[in-house]
Amino acid sequence: MKATILVRPKHGILDPQGQAVESSLRQLGFAVGEARVGRVVDLEVESNDPAGARAEVERMCEQLLANPLIESYEIELAEMPDG
Amino acid sequence: MASPQPRIGVLRFPGACDDRDALWALSALDAEAVFVWHTETQLPDLDAIVLPGGFSYGDYLRCGAIARFAPAMEAVAAFAAEGGLVLGICNGFQILCEAGLLPGVLRRNESLSFVCRDVPLVVERTDTPFTSRCAEGERLTIPVKHGEGCWFADDALYDEIETSRQIVLRYAEPVNGSRNDVAGVVNERGNVMGLMPHPEHAVDPLLGSADGALILSSLVEAARDRILAGV
Repeated sequence: MKATILVRPKHGILDPQGQAVESSLRQLGFAVGEARVGRVVDLEVESNDPAGARAEVERMCEQLLANPLIESYEIELAEMPDG
Repeated sequence: MASPQPRIGVLRFPGACDDRDALWALSALDAEAVFVWHTETQLPDLDAIVLPGGFSYGDYLRCGAIARFAPAMEAVAAFAAEGGLVLGICNGFQILCEAGLLPGVLRRNESLSFVCRDVPLVVERTDTPFTSRCAEGERLTIPVKHGEGCWFADDALYDEIETSRQIVLRYAEPVNGSRNDVAGVVNERGNVMGLMPHPEHAVDPLLGSADGALILSSLVEAARDRILAGV
């Protein structure tokens, strides 16, 4: 399966990168509210079982992909395009 | 009786850049300093180990996030669990936090800029193996050079480590956005310390300050004491 992991700075955590993006967008004339900057990890996982794949990716997030002190994560799963 | 020379390891990761300075500084302070390669699964016979600064694994993902899984880190964790003395400097501090050996995490500097200058520090505790040669409240001048030195802990964690007196060094002025200007912390047991400033770059007055030698010679002395105590 294909997994997409969205890692974001946790709610309430100062995000200076997001603030810099936000003020740059305003300078360009865009009317924007708060911007937050995170990270995307695209992964191919061997398992074809969605529940098993999700559990495995969750373990990856806890151990490596996100730091639970400052980041939250969201996992999206999809079939591989070629089945 | 001649005083024994402690043996202190300097753990080298790919991307380390302050390993040679650390080795030199420890040698200048009368330790036998030896390099330990990151792929080692067992540490040689050591009285202390230093994780030097640098950019291990290119700082990919998060600083220290990949290095904490290096084979040698398991041996470092076991060494720390036995009471061994571990000092992490800059990237070494980041690695120890990611490994869960120290509380908190190091984030991008609030300014988003790399900061490279001498900074004033205040010593909060002198009853640790890393600060015994300092005076309480003493101001030290030691350089920093980092882009991700903003130490963070949430309210609950911060209260916990402040209560257990784990904050050893604070910046005397804002440097990187660190929570409550924390510059260095120890674990609860007090045998593992991490700090963002670089004591190994400040052991000779010729380099602007020798205050870093107070930290490193405290470590050398504590390592020597462990030999004398037969640990």
